[in-house]
Amino acid sequence: MVLTYLQVFITGGIICVLGQILINLTKLTPARILVMFLLIGVLLEAIGVYKYITKFGGAGASVPITGFGAALAKGAIDGTISDGLLGSVSGGLEAVAVGISAVIFFAFVSGILASSKTK
Amino acid sequence: MNEPNKEYLKLIKEKMPKTKHFSTIVRAFIIGGLICCIGEALNDIYGLIFKTLSEDEIKSIVTITIILITAILTSFGIYDKIGNFGGAGSIIPITGFANAVVSPAIEHKKEGIILGLCSNMFKIAGPIIVVGITSSICVGIFVLFFKGAF
Repeated sequence: MVLTYLQVFITGGIICVLGQILINLTKLTPARILVMFLLIGVLLEAIGVYKYITKFGGAGASVPITGFGAALAKGAIDGTISDGLLGSVSGGLEAVAVGISAVIFFAFVSGILASSKTK
Repeated sequence: MNEPNKEYLKLIKEKMPKTKHFSTIVRAFIIGGLICCIGEALNDIYGLIFKTLSEDEIKSIVTITIILITAILTSFGIYDKIGNFGGAGSIIPITGFANAVVSPAIEHKKEGIILGLCSNMFKIAGPIIVVGITSSICVGIFVLFFKGAF
């Protein structure tokens, strides 16, 4: 139990540290860092490495944006295998549909309800 | 004339960034690790509550919960403070993505619901969706050609 959480903490922490090192050294904007890590996640899943990271890190690998990319790639791979070309087009988005829909819905609701604070 | 100036710059280079780098990295590690641990804890809790649901369904509910928490924290301006402290630790997890969608939505609300809120929602996070979907389709087509390998 404690060991599992330690593994999650370390995996998630290391992924974030890599992002922080990139920010410190290269002055990339957060949006670029996110796109970069997403692509890394897609690539690692496509070559079959990311599932071992998920196996070790659990949520530590699936909560960071790399896990989002891995889910996209996994959806596309599974879709292609079961449905052919149509699956490769729709599979990725199908796998992350819950996340994207939830983000849009909650962003809309909180946009309506909350008001921006002057900093 | 330039000598002292150079020395001064050298001194700054030697002393300033190192300490700053180290503390930001440690903070990113802690915040990033904590957010992932919250995800794992939610996973465990939901696993106990909804025993009939499959692993994937529980993962989906965890994602929804994390995004909901982020939307609430962003609405009250708390996530900005976490971001100031945690740096990349608050950007890289899925919470950073949610925050990147929610905060422009709130910020541009005063320009109107459709033209302000809705059209600016993906101002920052749009590239992630575009790149993510494009690359996933590329992976799918690649798999289509080398189906035997998978």
